[in-house]
Amino acid sequence: MATPDLTDGELEQLIACPSCDALYRAVSPGVGARATCERCHHVLITPIAGAALQIVALALTILVLLTAAVFTPFLSIEANGLKHSVSIFDATLAFAQVNMIGLTVLVTTLIVVVPLLRMLLLLFVLVPMLLKRPPFDGAGLAFRWSEDLRPWSMAEIFVLGVGVALVKIANLAHVEIGTAFWLFAALVVVTVFQDRFLCRWTIWGALESGHLAPEEYARRGAARQPAGPEHG
Amino acid sequence: MADVQAEPRQCLTARQAGLVACTHCARVWPLGTETCGRCGKRLQSRDTHSMSRVWAWWVVGLICYIPANLFPMLKTTLLAKTAGSTIVGGAVELMAHGDIPVALVILTASVAIPMGKFVAVAYLALSVQHGWTHDLLRRMQLYEVVEFVGRWSMIDVFVVAVLSALVQLSVVVSIHPGPAAVTFALSVVFTMLSARSFDSRMIWDSLDAKPLEASKT
Ligand SMILES: [Zn+2]
Ligand SMILES: [Zn+2]
Repeated sequence: MATPDLTDGELEQLIACPSCDALYRAVSPGVGARATCERCHHVLITPIAGAALQIVALALTILVLLTAAVFTPFLSIEANGLKHSVSIFDATLAFAQVNMIGLTVLVTTLIVVVPLLRMLLLLFVLVPMLLKRPPFDGAGLAFRWSEDLRPWSMAEIFVLGVGVALVKIANLAHVEIGTAFWLFAALVVVTVFQDRFLCRWTIWGALESGHLAPEEYARRGAARQPAGPEHG
Repeated sequence: MADVQAEPRQCLTARQAGLVACTHCARVWPLGTETCGRCGKRLQSRDTHSMSRVWAWWVVGLICYIPANLFPMLKTTLLAKTAGSTIVGGAVELMAHGDIPVALVILTASVAIPMGKFVAVAYLALSVQHGWTHDLLRRMQLYEVVEFVGRWSMIDVFVVAVLSALVQLSVVVSIHPGPAAVTFALSVVFTMLSARSFDSRMIWDSLDAKPLEASKT
């Protein structure tokens, strides 16, 4: 049952389900298909043709949309003959005015900083890969951060929040939706597409084969210990 | 009703094969390796401290959630009179105006999801601590739902931010965030951290324990 003496090459062929620890021989399911864990149905591998190019293109789109969305007015309100436009920048500053700096930081982080940072990290990881060049130093760390940040990127929730706010305020004043709102809505759609193209296993595989530095081989060799969980 | 076919079968796990799996990039390493040579994440065959972290974040999240419901989320000043509205109060107001769907969105995101999350995470943690062997797949799916849905609770915080930014022009009406906005936001963050601390591989250990016991005798 136990297979303690596998070489690095053989280990590389294996994949363990992160959700339930089931061990499989990693076989790419073919472009467009997905390999799922047999017992917990976690999606393990979903290779997509030209994924790197599409992710990079979408990341650039998101960067442009996000930057434009932050500074253009995204809602304007008319009451008592006065017109007032708000950008997302203003929305996050609203908390600062009542001494809620913590909330300002949190909201800005969730809707602007994290999405922005994720895209920059993804570009850092994927652009060299796209140009068929070895990855930058720290590309692995960058990709791990980008994936860890994923649940904290909340642009789509913010868009729904704006919708609710509009309804709440509809009977107090006349509200117009500005350009930035539509930019943000587009951003949500683009993000959903990008997430579908992103297959962790494929990117890690490419990163690993692309730049396996000699010292990393050495470290792995040293890290191996006589394994054996079985007790007789 | 019975979904016998959904009951998962046993299969070889990385731990049984003398390997330790990276939960981030799914690469396997010999048991005893400390960090993943590919992505750099610290490796643990089972995160033994995960339960105490789950419960710690869970408790802090709950502590923040209680004042979030008692104090006002929004303070509306209309004609020099200030009125605060709590999460539930705000939803009731919306219903009174006839905006039932929006009221339901708020109630779902701010009441049903957080409450459900507290119950679900506690249930998952207890089930692992007591080694329950039933409904493995269901519990796994419950965990995935909790992870997916938890972020959406943040919606009310965004609503408050947008409203306060928007309604600043007039002398007649002004809206400011109340203290509950802070505690509610914190509660969402803490419960997300609680769910993310959970090592779902431990759900399946009760199943994997069986063949080991059997093969010993
Ligand atoms: Zn699995
Ligand atoms: Zn790893």
